Amino acid sequence: MTMVCLFLPFVAALAAPFLTRALGANAAWVLALAPAVSFAYFTGYLPEIAAGEVVTGGYAWVPSFNLSFSWFIDGLSLTFALLITGIGTLIVLYSGGYLKGHPQQGRFFAFILLFMGAMLGVVVSDSFLMLFVYWELTSITSFLLIGFDHTREAARRSALQALVVTGGGGLCLLAGLIFLWNITGVTQLSLIVHQGDVVSQSPFYLAALLLVLGGCFTKSAQFPFHFWLPNAMEAPTPVSAYLHSATMVKAGVYLLMRLNPTLGGTPAWEILLPFFGGVTLIVGTFLGLRQTDLKLMLAYTTMASLGLLVMLTGFDSEHAIAAAVLYLVAHSLFKGALFMVAGLIDHETGTRDATRLSGLAKAMPITFVAALLAALSMGGLPLFFGFLAKEEIYHALYAGDLRSILFTTVAVIGNGLMFALAFAVGLKPFVGQKLETPKHAHEGPALLWIGPLVLSALGLLAGVFSSFAHRFVSSPMASAVKGVPVEVTISTIPHWGAALALSLVTVAFGLVVYLQLARVRALMVRFIDALGPGPDRGFDAAIAGLVKVSVKVTRFVQPGRLEIYVTATFLLLALTLLVPPVLYGELPAMPSWPGDMMVQEWAFLAIALIGLVAVLRASNRLTAIVSLGIQGFAVAVLFLLFGAPDLSFTQFMVETLSVVILALAMTRLRLMPSDHRPIGQMLWDAAIAIACGLGFMLLLMKSVEGVFNTALTDFFNTYSKVIAHGANVVNVIIVDFRGTDTLGEIAVVMVTGLAILALIRVRVGAQKPADNDPDAHEPDHRPEPAGQTGGR
Amino acid sequence: MNTLIFRTIAPFLTALMLVFSVFVLLRGHNEPGGGFIGGLIAASAFAIYGIAYGVAAVRRALWFHPMAVAGFGLFVSTLSGLLSILAGVPFMTGLWITPHLFGVEIALSSVMSFDIGVYLVVVGAITSIALALEEKESD
Repeated sequence: MTMVCLFLPFVAALAAPFLTRALGANAAWVLALAPAVSFAYFTGYLPEIAAGEVVTGGYAWVPSFNLSFSWFIDGLSLTFALLITGIGTLIVLYSGGYLKGHPQQGRFFAFILLFMGAMLGVVVSDSFLMLFVYWELTSITSFLLIGFDHTREAARRSALQALVVTGGGGLCLLAGLIFLWNITGVTQLSLIVHQGDVVSQSPFYLAALLLVLGGCFTKSAQFPFHFWLPNAMEAPTPVSAYLHSATMVKAGVYLLMRLNPTLGGTPAWEILLPFFGGVTLIVGTFLGLRQTDLKLMLAYTTMASLGLLVMLTGFDSEHAIAAAVLYLVAHSLFKGALFMVAGLIDHETGTRDATRLSGLAKAMPITFVAALLAALSMGGLPLFFGFLAKEEIYHALYAGDLRSILFTTVAVIGNGLMFALAFAVGLKPFVGQKLETPKHAHEGPALLWIGPLVLSALGLLAGVFSSFAHRFVSSPMASAVKGVPVEVTISTIPHWGAALALSLVTVAFGLVVYLQLARVRALMVRFIDALGPGPDRGFDAAIAGLVKVSVKVTRFVQPGRLEIYVTATFLLLALTLLVPPVLYGELPAMPSWPGDMMVQEWAFLAIALIGLVAVLRASNRLTAIVSLGIQGFAVAVLFLLFGAPDLSFTQFMVETLSVVILALAMTRLRLMPSDHRPIGQMLWDAAIAIACGLGFMLLLMKSVEGVFNTALTDFFNTYSKVIAHGANVVNVIIVDFRGTDTLGEIAVVMVTGLAILALIRVRVGAQKPADNDPDAHEPDHRPEPAGQTGGR
Repeated sequence: MNTLIFRTIAPFLTALMLVFSVFVLLRGHNEPGGGFIGGLIAASAFAIYGIAYGVAAVRRALWFHPMAVAGFGLFVSTLSGLLSILAGVPFMTGLWITPHLFGVEIALSSVMSFDIGVYLVVVGAITSIALALEEKESD
């Protein structure tokens, strides 16, 4: 059943386009059943997990490599699974209203459900490989969703950027997981959490840590990899709400939390995570303040929140972990709601520009309620879940030493600015004097407001009934992160203490910023512009540089001239054949003069030689090709004389066909009938040819020098008739004993044929046939006709 | 190349070679021969016909696009390998049946159909290369 729930989103994704074609936007109601069913199923695990048990299961995937498809559900996984499926249900409904009438709505549903399945896979995966596959699948689906509006260049660029950054991080992660696997010898997350000592003692600890952090930081948009997240706001709003605030960007945080017992507790962990998290928090809020677009403001606060989560995960105290857990859940609820509100405002008024929105409360009362509840939670005011999170954060950070003071200050500034931003999105557009908007503002359809309302109401309920939330969600999750049972007890009733004092400071600071928002924004714009271009520009420069380098490399290794390819190939061949035997003293001994050769054997050898002389002396290329055939036929006869009829048969045919095809190719290339190479060139080419010939001769002599192992010969001779019912051993080997090899070979023949065909076709389409004159000047940017570039 | 003698004997030569190629293909299991050699012979036969009568004539005579022939061959070979799934034995295991047709015992096997696939791939691929090369640019 767990398996079914894990795959339900994928099934729904398959059905989505057809359902949408049949039902239109109402397909959302049907499609939302898939995550809803999974959600209900996972809810059933709550009592079990709260009691401290874990649920495992799975199947052997590739048993020979010890790979399994296995899941592992503890407090951490379950909370994430519930967020993914729960918010997912609301998002599917929301997308139904948001993209109503969009011609590609079915595709959108398919992508978002696909993502849901992938994300669910990430958080329940037990085996490393499964985690990695799902992890990359989330990057790919994110790429598809950001680029959903693929006719706009900005969307395409952002999609590609997100894919490059998170996909590149995924590769780091893979390397990191392989390190962990090598250090501990286990490939399962459920087992590696017990190996913390082994891992932190290992000399490869730092390498593994940095690689894993590379994966997590890119995914969770930590500074300096944060730039893809705001750009990802090019996606339709349901995507921003779901992927880029509530779930996918938390995958990095998830993995950090999951690996906290394994990698955590070391100085490196406790320096790197709080540092990068803290920087991300501050940078995110600063950048967020300068924005006027509601979605971008939210995007930067998401980045800041992720920074806060990473920072908290880096502190190895119970309170810090509890704070991270509370904040993660609270953030998913209020940020998902606020994003949906931003989309709703955009949808109904036609603008997301905060400076043009005001006084919407009367026109959009339900939206206002949802927005205000979410903003109150984000601002961390009492009764809301966000308040608990903030109290716990200050409780965890506050202490007398310098480090604590530093990070407490960072948290207060970050939280204060986020407070201001929360109300800038959740309150400011609704109050004050009504401004004219591009569209006449009115309340959206139910599909659009259900999601934000439910999420923001949950933020309040979870705060009010905090003991309930702690028992089933916070405590099991914190225990899973910490690796030992943790009891989260904080309640929503304020207690006098340092934490509350810090909260008050935060709120006061936030209030000041909120009231002076326009002035702060102008200040921030000037400040950030003074700093110069950010990593976003750096990304562009890096990509442009990469393109430049690859163009250079391609021009170097693919100059587009057949003679260079041929020369390089044969030169390398000659070197490969000649250098190693000389270097390692493996040259064959001089063979003795063959005394027992028959006269006919001599005769055919002589014919082969005559053929070669004819090739060399031929003044006409066609004559040379045909003369080459003489040598080939002579060798074929020699094969026959030495008792290899199959070989000689094939040699005959190959020889015939190569003469035909070479002759055809020659006429096609419009070569000059005779050879006009300068003498120096001729000597150089001849030297390469002789070196190749010599190399092959030495190789063959060396290989027949040793004692011939007849094991295979005996085997095939004995069993060919008995097992495979065939007397022709050669053929039986080809089609039966080694049939799979042959299958591969004929596939290669087929593909080669297709490739050659394509190359010849290119030539047919070309304006001017190549004359293959080596002295002709070729302009750099002309695509060379294919006839000339056999190696392309 | 385009002499009267050549043009006159080319059809007969092609026909003979094609028959011979099938003969070589089928005897391959016990005598020298097999799909690869048979395919090469058939490809040369088409090449001869092409030199004598032009590419268009060969294409007409072949009816199918040579690449399609090759593709079909690859399909047949793969299928022959997959037949073993039905018998519950590893991929590519040779399976034999010997039905009696008109009083003669005929040995049929997945190995043989595999070899026929090899034959078709070789004929198709090489013929399409040769024909494409022979074709005039104005075609």
